[in-house]
Amino acid sequence: MDFNLTEERAMLRDTLQRFLADKYSHENRRALIAAGTTFDAEVYAGLAELGILGALFNEEQGGFGGQGFDLMVVFEELGRAGVIEPVLPAVLAGGLIAELGGGLADEIMAGTHVAALAHGEAAAHYDLNHVEASAVTDGDAIVLQGIKTHVLHGAEAQSLVVSARETGDAADTAGISLFLVPVNTPGVTVSGHRNIDGIPAATVTLDGVRLTATARLGTAGEGFAALEAAVARGLTAICAEALGAMDAAKALTTDYLKERKQFGTPIGKFQALQHRMADMLIEIEQARSAVINLAGNLQQPRALREIHVSAAKNLIGRTGALVAEECIQMHGGIGMTDEYALSHFARRLTMIDHLFGDTDYHLERFIALKAG
Amino acid sequence: MDLNFTEEEQVFRAEVRDWLKSSLPRELSEKVRLGKRLSKADSELWHNLLSERGWLAPNWPRAYGGCEWNAVQRHIFEEEACLAHAPRSLPFGLSMLAPVLLAFGSEEQRQKFLPRILNGQDWWCQGYSEPGAGSDLAAVKTRAVRDGDHYVVNGQKTWTTLGQHANWIFCLVRTDPEAKKQEGISFLLIDMDTPGVTVRPIVLIDGEPEVNEVFFDNVRVPAENLVGDENKGWTYAKYLLTHERTNIAGVGFSNALLATLKHVAAKVQSGGRPLAENPHFAARMAQAEIDLMAMATTNLRVVSAAAKGQAPGAESSMLKVKGTVIRQELTSLLRRAMGPDALPFQPDFLTGGDNADAMGPEYAAASAPNYFNMRKLSIFGGSNEVQRTIITKAILGL
Repeated sequence: MDFNLTEERAMLRDTLQRFLADKYSHENRRALIAAGTTFDAEVYAGLAELGILGALFNEEQGGFGGQGFDLMVVFEELGRAGVIEPVLPAVLAGGLIAELGGGLADEIMAGTHVAALAHGEAAAHYDLNHVEASAVTDGDAIVLQGIKTHVLHGAEAQSLVVSARETGDAADTAGISLFLVPVNTPGVTVSGHRNIDGIPAATVTLDGVRLTATARLGTAGEGFAALEAAVARGLTAICAEALGAMDAAKALTTDYLKERKQFGTPIGKFQALQHRMADMLIEIEQARSAVINLAGNLQQPRALREIHVSAAKNLIGRTGALVAEECIQMHGGIGMTDEYALSHFARRLTMIDHLFGDTDYHLERFIALKAG
Repeated sequence: MDLNFTEEEQVFRAEVRDWLKSSLPRELSEKVRLGKRLSKADSELWHNLLSERGWLAPNWPRAYGGCEWNAVQRHIFEEEACLAHAPRSLPFGLSMLAPVLLAFGSEEQRQKFLPRILNGQDWWCQGYSEPGAGSDLAAVKTRAVRDGDHYVVNGQKTWTTLGQHANWIFCLVRTDPEAKKQEGISFLLIDMDTPGVTVRPIVLIDGEPEVNEVFFDNVRVPAENLVGDENKGWTYAKYLLTHERTNIAGVGFSNALLATLKHVAAKVQSGGRPLAENPHFAARMAQAEIDLMAMATTNLRVVSAAAKGQAPGAESSMLKVKGTVIRQELTSLLRRAMGPDALPFQPDFLTGGDNADAMGPEYAAASAPNYFNMRKLSIFGGSNEVQRTIITKAILGL
């Protein structure tokens, strides 16, 4: 048992921390968003150059990491800095491509190609197995039809990993296939927007998109297992990102409680606030443990892995809301301003709960997995 | 990062598990499993079994008969002992007084008292709290005045756990009433058979006299029973409190409680299905389990740092608050799971042997008393509010 980072991971963390401290101040980030930019090419190239993207892939895939704790180290720092660049897609779509052989992994690791996962649908809520988009074989071609929603970083992507159903009903686990679709394929329309937490996303319309069979990643109708595993990795990433954001929000609030004076004294001297800070700190340490548990069990067989996925996402959802709400409250009005970094962390923390299943969804799922 | 125990640690775990399987008497583990009350003889039996195996004093040096286990080994032992429903070994002599004697006592005191702790000759209790000194422990007023080769002690201690069984008490006494309150305190060992010592039981919310008041009326204590220096007792007391907190997360207890809870929730029928399938109950149970999974790792993070020699500081406050909240939630769920069977108060069953029959399922009898008893967790050992203040100051710097 060892809770220290390996030397390599500690170096990775330090390098990333220095890079982000240098390139990614809150002011820079806010300016990016205000200018309508979804993607700072220089920052993204810098992340690739430092090997941050390569750390998300294992050696077989051409990377030098790819373990749960690599994801944890990288995303905790990205969360602390509030990075909006498309690193998560490299885990989700990039991971699927690297695993199932889409031939783009090197370019993704080099930061020269962004692939996004186009999986969500209007009627799916958080159900990963709910896929209505269809994939119909027509001679030598496969034709995709459907609408994919909440595609993170979809408008920055050059290609999409699309889930579509070849057989079965909307909620069947079997029958789902994954396809690698260049965004310039006729019939693909990508309409971008920005989420409330600053992360860009898109709606993707697939209207008679004709692909060759080589576009299919993996075996026909058996895409779900790989998809679920990729989402488990994605959830490890965003749980770690939440941890970094919580830590940052806590640090801002601690500083503020020392500086802000009311009734002639720093408000951090008031026990009503002190004890709430102490409780928050405890819950953040619990969140860290939950992320460690998830990262450390990511390579385990599906049943155990998914128990930790749902346990972590449930706990992170609860803690994220607590930290966001408590930090705003302890700041008072200033905590609600767009100008101040806290409101950005609070938005991200709250919206992470809306990705791939919220706290209630994963509590119910945890119960089902434990009973199963 | 590596969540796995080393091979040596796994071998140790297997050794502990095997020994518990072969040596823990079933009548004892059944009592613990059902939340029944342990008699003095029960505690002494377990004490002697551990002593024979040489596993009584995990953190003592080998030279004094201890195991010199590191924090990870201690954790493994506690975890296994809880899962096997072993009684808890009494901490007052073993893990509260002994560390103080080892760090600050004289060699004579160690040679005199440590063997008697191991062989069960002495049953120690803790004389810290007073009616006016709870969370504000340094406000102790019990007075010790030097008179030749003796101290003369007058005053009152309270909340003295299992003091009714004890023959010795370690006390914080005030030796200098003029000094600042932390600076006039001494650490004194008192033979409870000395004239002037009176013990009066306090019956608690669960009907059990678990704690006592101890009165001192002109009690003459040999000066050789002073530990360390006069007026330095506060330093020793704080040292003791950090030792008291090493297993404060109670993860082993919570794991055992959760196992019982799941067992019961699968049995109890409500609305035509097991209680475990009631969505509201299942949600509360699952949330407690998720919190406990994280707590186990939070605890191991502190334990593994401690095994590498880093002394747990304010981290133990963190473990105390969250660990006790989780444990209390589990006792609350267990009580609720029993439904109306939690109602009858059955002291005869709880204290009796196998002959006394329980009303309703036997596992229901202790559920309410245990729930009430466990309210103490967030009060003793420095209340959870005191722990939050420690975190605020030591970690957050507010």
